[in-house]
Amino acid sequence: MTDQSVHVRHLTRVEGHGNIVVDAKDGKVLGARLDIVESPRFFEAMLKGRRWQEVHYITSRICGICAVGHTSTSVMGTEMALGMKISEQALLFRKLVFYGEQLQSHVLHTYFLAAPDFVGAPSVIPLAAKAPDVVKRALRLKKLANKLCEVVAGRHVHPIAMTPGGFLHYPAAKELKAVKEEILSYSGDIDETVKLFAGLPAPEFHRETEFISLKDPKEYAFYEGDIYSSDTGKAIKQIDYGTLIKEKCIDTSTSKHCSATRDSYMVGALARFNNNYDQLHPRAKHAAETLKIKPVCCNTFMINHAQVVETVHCFEEAIAVIDRILERGYDVNEEPAKPTRMSGRGVGACEVPRGLLIHDYTYENGVIKEANLIIPTGMNLENIDADLRYYAPKIITKPHNDVELLLEMLVRAYDPCISCSCHLLKVEFV
Amino acid sequence: MKPRVAFFSFTSCEGCQLMFLNLEDELLDLLGHVDIVNFREAMKEVTSEEYDVCFIEGSITTHEDLEEVKKLREKSKIVVAFGACATIGGVNAMKNFQPLEDVRRYVYGDKWAKYDTIPTMALEEAVKVDAKIFGCPPAKKEILEVVTAVLLGRKPLIPDYPVCVECKLAENVCVFERGMVCMGPVTRAGCGAPCPSYGGKCIGCRGLVSDPNNNAEKTLLAERGLTVEDVLKEYRMFDGLTEASK
Repeated sequence: MTDQSVHVRHLTRVEGHGNIVVDAKDGKVLGARLDIVESPRFFEAMLKGRRWQEVHYITSRICGICAVGHTSTSVMGTEMALGMKISEQALLFRKLVFYGEQLQSHVLHTYFLAAPDFVGAPSVIPLAAKAPDVVKRALRLKKLANKLCEVVAGRHVHPIAMTPGGFLHYPAAKELKAVKEEILSYSGDIDETVKLFAGLPAPEFHRETEFISLKDPKEYAFYEGDIYSSDTGKAIKQIDYGTLIKEKCIDTSTSKHCSATRDSYMVGALARFNNNYDQLHPRAKHAAETLKIKPVCCNTFMINHAQVVETVHCFEEAIAVIDRILERGYDVNEEPAKPTRMSGRGVGACEVPRGLLIHDYTYENGVIKEANLIIPTGMNLENIDADLRYYAPKIITKPHNDVELLLEMLVRAYDPCISCSCHLLKVEFV
Repeated sequence: MKPRVAFFSFTSCEGCQLMFLNLEDELLDLLGHVDIVNFREAMKEVTSEEYDVCFIEGSITTHEDLEEVKKLREKSKIVVAFGACATIGGVNAMKNFQPLEDVRRYVYGDKWAKYDTIPTMALEEAVKVDAKIFGCPPAKKEILEVVTAVLLGRKPLIPDYPVCVECKLAENVCVFERGMVCMGPVTRAGCGAPCPSYGGKCIGCRGLVSDPNNNAEKTLLAERGLTVEDVLKEYRMFDGLTEASK
């Protein structure tokens, strides 16, 4: 019997600790899955008893890469629970900082974490010598995205100015204008990015699944919208997420996975692309054409390409939002909205870089009584396992190194954020 | 031979490693002076199992973490605790104030017993630490200072005075004057006071100065209407391992 089992311990170039495990004998795959071996973090328990003004400080620390996403979702949950309505101005700035984070995260993932696989490099570091222009471009774009977050929220990793009810601080108009000029000057880098990834075609892969994302009649949804499923073709209110999304325990393991209409579903850039393609900026649609990605795309490897499409979209939308803010004007001294009650339940849901994120809070007298957080990577786990079970048998007879690389690329495409998700899932240690 | 540098993380958000990657202007220069031999978040290749400088992010919160970090210590000439979770326990220490069985039951329900956890430890409670980079997130300036210092073999210059000093230099209106409470009077400076500058308050993420006037701070907080329990909560968000938080 030839043992072709694969065990990738601590998958690299992802956020957090996970292992890919494939059991195979004589060309037959007996099982394939991603194990999460991150230490549990217990955020929900730590939130209990904390006051409403400080909850988002704590939840931001769930993830350094999507800190703006966690902060946004958290303040939304608190605002709904305590009956706070943010101003139009605050909403526009929330969207602007959100675009900044999408750009930062997508550039980091596509250039630094995913691209090396496509060119046979173990990381971006050897590429710095081989293709310095590409690496410098990636660093420039990342810096630009960080700068945008910094202007609006003080910094990207653990933003400061965002608070329930609005913002504690607004940038001066001249800072906004300056950052807009800076964004505009990077337009050529955006084209080069599309060109680069168009030259890195994805391996063949086709497995239908359910795609879940926010959907908003007004725009390509990141910050606002109802929760839409491609299987049901319907959108439900955020507060009703429990009627669609189920967290379940698996008999044979201790991990909690998520499912909705079928056994597994996908969230993230590809789900958004598939569900909301029509609302992409024309330049992003053009990029999709260049990247040869069309809805409905069922190739998991093309999550990377969908992220590039979204990079173009967010670049353009960031400029558009700044224009809108400057055109309508804003009050730099606007105070955040105040709570109108001190008890209640609220749900925040946003499309963070890796997909739908849900924070569900119940407050009593201004402090958290119950908290539930559903994280994109947690939602994708069941789908990752289904992809591994589908794909491993197709490639298992290839040389061991190729099998390992392709499976790693497959999981890495999801851009998994394991520190985030580890509070709700766990499987046996191998 | 260039110094061999490695990055590892335990219980954390991995934001500190991202802050290292966010040194966009200095990163390529820096890579010219060191060999990064192990950096799981950014690299697949592992080119050495021994390290001249090992940056460790995160707190120690499981028995397995504890074993692993001891092994890393043996393989490393210099260990740098990287960020609030590693230097002071950070947000991870909040769970220490609830019975750990309750914490595990709340998150994992009846499967709780399978999820190992121990009271959160800062890195130096587990192993000897040679240098510290404070903050959540660490300031770029401080990352560069500590990296430069350890590579040159000198002691990093880290302030041991409160955030208030930098906040005054930034010409901010005092946070207490704005009707909020603030950990600035007892928290170690070095960040440049970005939180008060962006309308927030200091939340104590860099840990306490070595001689904090906790009595005066607690009196200030109580004068602003905080109950004894709420005063402790201010300390417990990041500084739950200090005596002052107990």
